[in-house]
This record gives sequence, structure tokens and C-alpha cells, in this order.
Amino acid sequence: MSGAAVVVAGLGQPAWSSVPGGVVAQAQRPLFEWDWVVRNGGRIWDATLEHLYLTGMAVGIGLAASLLLAVVALRYRRLYAPIIAVGGLLYTLPSLALFALLLPLVGISVTNAVIALTTYTILILVRNIVTGIDGVPAEVVEAAQGMGYQRRRLFLEIELPLALPVIIAGLRIASVTVIGLVTVTALLGLGGLGSFILTGFRVLPPFPTQIVVGTVLSVALAVLVDLLLLALEKALTPWSRRKATV
Amino acid sequence: MSELLAEVAAWFAAEGRWSLTDSGGVPFRTAQHLYVSVTATVLAVLIAIPPALVLAHRRTAEAFASAVVNIGRAIPSFGLIVIFWLIAARTGWLGTDFWPLVGALVALALPPIFTNTYTAVREVDAPTVEAARGMGYDETRILTEIELPLATPVMLAGVRLAFVQVIATTAIGAIVTNGGGLGRYIVDGFAQGVGGRATVIGGALLLGALTLLAEAGFGGLQRLLTPTGVRRDTPVQDVTVGAAG
Amino acid sequence: MPETVSQTMIELDQVTKVFAGTTDPAVDALSLAVPRGELVVLVGPSGCGKTTTLKMINRIVEPTSGTITIDGQDQRTRPGYALRRDIGYVIQQIGLFPHKTIERNIATVPRLLGWDTHAITARVDELLALMDLDPAMRSRYPAELSGGQRQRVGVARALAADPPVMLMDEPYGAVDPLVRARLQDQLLELQADLAKTIVFVTHDIDEAIKLGDRIAILNVGGLLEQYDTPAEILRAPANDFVASFLGGERSLKRLSLIAARDAELVRGPVVPADASVDEAKRVGAAEGVDWVGVLDGARLRGWMWLNELDPAKAVGDSPTRDFRVWIQADTSLRGAVDAIVNTRNQVAVVYDGDHYQGMLFIESVSREILG
Repeated sequence: MSGAAVVVAGLGQPAWSSVPGGVVAQAQRPLFEWDWVVRNGGRIWDATLEHLYLTGMAVGIGLAASLLLAVVALRYRRLYAPIIAVGGLLYTLPSLALFALLLPLVGISVTNAVIALTTYTILILVRNIVTGIDGVPAEVVEAAQGMGYQRRRLFLEIELPLALPVIIAGLRIASVTVIGLVTVTALLGLGGLGSFILTGFRVLPPFPTQIVVGTVLSVALAVLVDLLLLALEKALTPWSRRKATV
Repeated sequence: MSELLAEVAAWFAAEGRWSLTDSGGVPFRTAQHLYVSVTATVLAVLIAIPPALVLAHRRTAEAFASAVVNIGRAIPSFGLIVIFWLIAARTGWLGTDFWPLVGALVALALPPIFTNTYTAVREVDAPTVEAARGMGYDETRILTEIELPLATPVMLAGVRLAFVQVIATTAIGAIVTNGGGLGRYIVDGFAQGVGGRATVIGGALLLGALTLLAEAGFGGLQRLLTPTGVRRDTPVQDVTVGAAG
Repeated sequence: MPETVSQTMIELDQVTKVFAGTTDPAVDALSLAVPRGELVVLVGPSGCGKTTTLKMINRIVEPTSGTITIDGQDQRTRPGYALRRDIGYVIQQIGLFPHKTIERNIATVPRLLGWDTHAITARVDELLALMDLDPAMRSRYPAELSGGQRQRVGVARALAADPPVMLMDEPYGAVDPLVRARLQDQLLELQADLAKTIVFVTHDIDEAIKLGDRIAILNVGGLLEQYDTPAEILRAPANDFVASFLGGERSLKRLSLIAARDAELVRGPVVPADASVDEAKRVGAAEGVDWVGVLDGARLRGWMWLNELDPAKAVGDSPTRDFRVWIQADTSLRGAVDAIVNTRNQVAVVYDGDHYQGMLFIESVSREILG
């Protein structure tokens, strides 16, 4: 890389800047300080809740929007490809770019973060809902029609429940992805576990404990939410647990 | 709004913005961005694909292969980049500008490449492999002449996914290193507050465009590298001509 | 075969179906009357429109032109879903709802019709018993059942609201031959009790012959080649297509439709146990045989050679030999022939319950074939 000056990262005022010799020269903090964790339990808890709140908002709104889009795509097949194409475009856009592009519209706000995060769920969720419903065996649908099910009831009572495993699989991927992305919203100053990573990096000397706590808790949260959704799937689909005994 | 548009337009038109030599110019930043991203992706391909091929051919490590992609997804890229930077900063190895970022990006690119390669080989039609074995192909030949070509489309899809993800994440690298290519504009713009908003928007537009171009460009590469017989670019037409009977 | 001239339940009048994007009709101006309480089989090669025809009856497929009336009412006067709740529907893949228990599956149509819970529970019990299914099965899921059990649940589900009409689309196409034969027998027994109007689709002519009161043989493009009772179709195929579709062994297939009691039975050379030897010899001579059968009232005890009779005793006092072949009066002639040729005898003794009905000689079977 060029010899350009180390440019300060993150928002607001830098805690350190252009230190001769870089950070290596500074006094070092220990890799992990348990007492910091103990002293800041409340802050950590709050940040975890903020993290969950942003995730919940994004995935919840994403699910509602995706259900709507999926219903439209199922009804008008020709719209499926364009919907997926737009979803793919949004999914491809880097989160940093998306946060930035939303600035003129909604400023630095929770709305900004939620909109950006939601867009990452659309592709996964729409695709899984539609594939899940397409995966319902044709003979089951035919039998239901043959017995006099009407369109809406068929969707709600037969197709949707049978697509649940695939839909929840999508929900798991979407949630885990969003939990990872929420760490980046710290750049917008919206809290969450990413704020520990950012502060831990920006203070001088760097504060490894905060970086580790932010990262590890984010992973833990992702794993926990993933397992909870898996448990939800098992609870909601009792028929798929028992296999043929004959 | 129009005021902002004017600001952004002015930003794009600023002196030296398109200069090939200015380290703050778009060409330099783009090249830097691609340099980091391509290096990381190539390294990830070199690290992930050989074991994935061998494990998939031997039909082992199935649970590992499916777990790896989930784990990869759960790790926040921002956290990983900072941790790699921290390690580099504390050990003094390899500097803090380039390799820590590349290292983090490689770690993020490994899971999708590994899992897609593994799945791709596993999904090769079993009778095809059996036929090859029946005709006397040895295992190495089966892997290189049958499984690898047939697995190419799915494998490349994994590399494409990883590459696009790496490009997006390289931008986040601008937070911790002097690398980070186009992400530099966004991060610096943020740091300047309101005065930097044109820089932020300009950088975001460039970054978005680069990602989409990379995605599209890789699609072309994918078609080039896919053996003719397994190309799937002509979609299978639905042939529903009503009920049978 | 009894020719029942009963009232028509389902009537297709000049029904044509041309699928979108095709020019040749899948079904071409088909007219067909299905009598009330009969099982009519639609049979033909693939592409003959048999399934399409079936699906037009419950409007899963809408006809391009023509009318279909059910019980005198044009089926288009009601919305499709309402019509379908009154028509039982069984398909080859069964289409049980994998996420609902067997009980809920069977209860599908009663629930759609808004029956109250007690009525539904009672009906499910009744159907499980009717289909010979273990009541413990009600809380299981379809994935826990064998193929044959699933097929029976499928039929129970179709019968749930006691619809007067049933449509069955190759219901036994996916089960193994042994199970299929059992399910077919069960359907015949059910039908004897319930007398539904059933339209049954198959590509298997033997299944059609076994199950159908009438068979409609369709040719590619939905052309009706022949519509008659199985016996009549086998006796006199309308054309070469029908003949070739019936395949070889047509005569043997026809024998399977005729019960022994309807064939030419003879009393045979039999005498009561208290008859004299002279009488026995007279009967034997009259029949042109060198043996006689001995009757105990309505039971046939056995037979003996005439030249082994002791002139001093009554016929019944000499030891008898056993007849090898005994069949019941409702056994088909095909079964009778099979039994006869498996022994060295030329004759089968026909009983109806405990009562001796007569003897069936292989010659009379031949005469039946020549018709």
C-alpha cells in the first residue's frame, strides 16, 4: 500500500491518529479483562437487546414483506423472476453502501438500519417461501382441490404448513445473516454489539476485551437464534419427526 | 435533495477524481479494492477447494461440510476484520494495512467455497461415477475427469458468491486499514460529518456499481469455465400440456 | 350378466376438451351415461383422455364444450369447490395430507362441510372399521403407514361425507400386485354394500374386467371405442382396436366373469345312498360312465367304480372315493377350469354352501367359450 497517512476510521472524533510507529508502539492492554465484563454487565445486556431489537425488526418486517411478495409471485408467475432479480440486487449491495445511500432519505436513524437490514432478508425469504410452496407434492394439492378446498383455505391450511420447514430454513439463514450485519450498524451510532467492536478498536491503546466481547456475543446470539428457530420448526411440524414404522 | 445531487455531481467531477496516479482517485481506489478482493478470493479458492474435492470424493465429513457454512454465516465480518487487525497490530507480523484484511476476507470466503464445492461433487450423478469406475477409471481420474467438470457450475456459483461477499466486505476493511479501496470514501465521508455526505454517497454509488459489475462479470467467467455439456443457461421449459391419461 | 336398466347418475354429452396450446382434442365429443350405483371403468392407452374425462366430472379440468350432468343437474350450476365436496375423489398418489393425522385426513370433507365434532368423530370410527383399519391409527401421521394402509385411508377419506358419486384415478397403480388384489376385493365388497356410482380410471384391462360393471374403452384423443359390460366386450369386441387392447386369452378372461352356477351344470351320475346296485348301474349307463356318485341328502359323499359294487348291499354300504375338485357356486369358470386341470379328473363338484348343485364337466366350459 502507499505511504498515505493512516486514516481514522469510524464516526465522530478519532481516539488516536497518525501515531508514529502505529499502534504497535503503544502500551498494550491484556487480551481479556474479565473484570471489565463484570463492571459493564448492564451495558453489555443493553447492547445485546439493541442488537436483538434491530434483528427482530428487520427479520419481522422482512418476513411480512416477503410473504406478500411471495403470494404475488405465486399468483402471477411472471413476476417471480423480476422480484428475485431485485432481491438479488439488494442482497448484493454492500451493507456499507446501502447504509450510506439511505442517508439522504432517512438520515442516521434506526429506520436507516432497519430498511437496509430488511433488504437482505427479502431474497432469502421470498425464494424459500416460493420454493417451499412449490415443493408441496402436487398430489396433495390435487387431493385437496378434489375434496373441495377453496384457494385461500388451501394456501393457509395445506400449502403454508407443508412449506414451513423450508420457510423456517430461510428464516434461520436470514436471521443469522442479519445478526452479523447488525454489527456494522455501530458505524451509524445505533448501538448493538458492534459498538463494542468499534470502540475497542478506536480507543488508544486498543481494547481487546471489547472487540472479543462484541464478536463472540454476536456469534453466540446468531447460534442461539438459529437453535431457537430450529426448535420452533420441530414444534410446528410434529408430522416430520415420526417416520414410517411399518 | 437537488442540492445534494449537485454536491455529489461536483464530487465526481472534482479535480484528480479520475486521475490514474492520484491515490485518492477512483481508478486507484478501485484497483486497490479489486487487488485486495481478488487476492483474498484466490487464496480462499486455493485453500478451500482441494480438501473439499477430496473429502467429497471420499464421501466423508458430511456434517462438517454442512456446519461450516452456518458457522461462517454467524461470524460478523466486522468483528473478524478487527480481530485480524488486532492480532497483526500486537504481533507486528506482516503489517496492519494489507494482510490482516486479506486474512479476514479469506476466512469469510472459505465457507461458501468449501461447502459449494463439497455439495457440487456430492451431487454428481452416482451412476455416472459408477460407470466410470466400472470402465476402469482410477480414483484420481474419476475426481479430475468426471466429478470436477460436472461439479464446475455449482462450484463456481460458490466462488462467485464468495467473491461478491468479499468485495462488499473489503469496503468495511476501510474502517481498520488504509486498504479498503472504495470503502475508504464512505468511511472518510462519515468521519467528516455533514460536510462529507457527498463523499459518502459518491463512494457508496461506486461501491454498489463495482459489486454489481463483479457479479455480472463473474457470471461471464462462469459460463466460460463451464463445460459445454453441463451448461444450464437455457432454462428448462415447462412442458405441461394438461393432465396425462 | 344382469342387464340393469337403471337411472343415469352421471351423463356426459358431447364433452370435448382441448388444452390450451394444443390443437388436437384430449377428449373428443364424448358421450357416456353412468348408471346409478354402478362401477364404470374408463380404460385405454396413455393419451386416451381417461384421466382428463374423470377430472372434468368434478371440474378439476373444465370442459371446452359439452355438458356434464350429475343426478340430473348440470354440474356448472354450482361452484367447483361445492360440487367437489359431494364427490369422493381418490388418486393414485393418494395425496394424504402429510401434516395431518389420519383422523384429520379422513375428517377433511366433513370439516369443510361444517359437521359438528361428535358427528365427525363417529364417522371416522365408522370408516376406520369399514376399511378394516386399526382404530389406534387415528392419531398417526401418513408417513407412519404402509402403502396399502395409506390407500385405504385415501378411500376412507373419499367416503367420509358419504358422497353418492366416487371418482377413482388409477387408485391401485402404485401398490404391489398382492396388495392390489386385496384392495380390489375390498372395493368390490364395499361396493356390494354401498352401491355408489363409481367412475374408475385404469390402464390395466384385467383390473377393468375384474371391477367394472361396465367398461368404456377409450382410444387416443378421447374416442369412445366400446362401452358395455365386460362379458359383452370380451364376447364381441367392437373392432380391432378393442380386440388388441383386450389382449390374448380373451376367452379365459371371459371365463373369469361367469360364475359356475350360471354355467351348464348337470346332475350327473348320482344316486341316493339307499339306492340299489341295479339302479346305480342304470344311472351310470344312462350317463355313459363307469362310476356313480353317492348322495347323502343334499351332500355328495363321494364316488365309486360300478364294477366294484357289491350286489348284495345298498350302494351306500360300500366305501366311497373322494372327489378331488369341489368348488362353490360363485367360483368363476376360470377358477373351475384351473381346479379341474390341476387334477386328472374331468369334473368339478359344485356346491352352494352345503348343498350339492351339480357337476361341471370340462366339456360344458368349452361350450361356454364357444358361446
